[in-house]
Amino acid sequence: MSGGASVRAAIVDYALGNLYSVAHACHQVGMAPEITNDRAAIAAADLIFLPGVGAFGDAMANLRRLDLVNPLKDLAAAGRPLVGICLGMQLMLGQSHEFGLHQGLELVAGEVVRFQNPLGPRGPLKVPHVGWNRIHRPAEPGDPWAGTPLAVVAEGQYMYFVHSFYAKPRDPGVILAKTRYGEVEFCSALRQGNIFAFQFHPERSAAAGIAIYAELAALARRGRES
Amino acid sequence: MSVRIIPRLDIKGPNLVKGVHLEGLRVLGKPERFARHYYEQGADELFYMDAVASLYGRNSLLDIIERTAREIFIPLTVGGGLRTSEDINQVLRAGADKAALNTAAIARPELISEAARRFGSSTIVVSIEAMKKPDGSYEAFTDFGRQSTGMDAIVWAKRAEELGAGELLVISIDREGTGEGYDLELTRRISRAVSIPVIALGGAGNVDHVLQVIEEGAADAVSLASVLHYNFIKCAECLEDDYSAEGNLTFLRREGKGFGKIADATLPELKRHLLAHGVDCRWEGGWAA
Repeated sequence: MSGGASVRAAIVDYALGNLYSVAHACHQVGMAPEITNDRAAIAAADLIFLPGVGAFGDAMANLRRLDLVNPLKDLAAAGRPLVGICLGMQLMLGQSHEFGLHQGLELVAGEVVRFQNPLGPRGPLKVPHVGWNRIHRPAEPGDPWAGTPLAVVAEGQYMYFVHSFYAKPRDPGVILAKTRYGEVEFCSALRQGNIFAFQFHPERSAAAGIAIYAELAALARRGRES
Repeated sequence: MSVRIIPRLDIKGPNLVKGVHLEGLRVLGKPERFARHYYEQGADELFYMDAVASLYGRNSLLDIIERTAREIFIPLTVGGGLRTSEDINQVLRAGADKAALNTAAIARPELISEAARRFGSSTIVVSIEAMKKPDGSYEAFTDFGRQSTGMDAIVWAKRAEELGAGELLVISIDREGTGEGYDLELTRRISRAVSIPVIALGGAGNVDHVLQVIEEGAADAVSLASVLHYNFIKCAECLEDDYSAEGNLTFLRREGKGFGKIADATLPELKRHLLAHGVDCRWEGGWAA
């Protein structure tokens, strides 16, 4: 792979997801995206996106049917940058309670749970959580966003969310960003080594979201060259 | 939770149109042009409504969706004439994020559950056109308010939620195009009856109307057209090239004519008004007023 070539991004197509907006965002920052469920194409990519809109159980069933579960786990273990978005983030966890208990990809220890009657200042909040909400750095010494794709994002930046469930990683150390909905503060972004995941949709979050894609492209380029 | 402001663009063929009260449709310009302007001014989402919803217009609509999605990175909902799962698939493939269903969903409610299953609940918006009856109840309509269904709008809203709708777009037929304000009671009754977000549409004539439907109408999001469109076409510097071909503009820009009860505003003006009244909405520095 030559250093000057575009970053090849595989957008995993498992028949559930906002594939086209992810592809448009990749194009915008100069990546060469391919929407695919072909194992070889995914294995050849510099950066792998696992998008997703829909139900957790259906998503895992589709990934199993396409025989993508183990290849994705192997690529993640081999250090390939893997980016989960929305449902794609939730799939990285151990299990979900969405319509029964489902096994996830188990790349990140923890579980996925539903918002329980969230309450806002004006009364009960709607579920799904749809709209723009702020992302915050977790309180820890130093800057947890330094060196990550969020380095270019302002503290408290608004991002676009659509979800009823959220990830609860077991290790708080993997939490990259937090967001408050009613009285619940949930993990809105996580990072574990080469795995990045966002509960919000950077590709639908205007300029700030596209800046995250540019950082992901830079990260993949560095990974390819190292 | 922040309230979303969603410019609504009615599209006929390649053009953005606006129903001027009692005067029919008028061409305002190229929809992509307006979409880009609203995106740069902080629109939270965009809503494209196919105003003709004919089979022949579909390709032109798909082109507009594709051009929009390529350069505008906020959610785009498309509605009007979507009858089957395949119709929905087409607009999503072109780059829309959500599809709004009305007529076809009333004719065959299972379309909602089928589509929610195939594309995800959050992708399916059910739009409810409602008209107030003399006894104070609301009836659901289809075909831009031309066709009555005999169905209670609040009952239908709950049913749409059960079937898997991710959001409801509540349109007041009585207020649509009047500039007299949203139907607050309609919006409030539906918003309180369901747990999914409700988008109010129809009747906005000024920024106070938007504030009212959030505070008194319990709307989770607000869609509006004329207040924003009239502001954009008024500003001459926005209108260099492709407008010379549009014969209706001279008419619309002539003071008073066609603007009716509309007090136009920019998106930043509208959002500043909401923020000043304690309504949370997405705000970023750098948006020109």
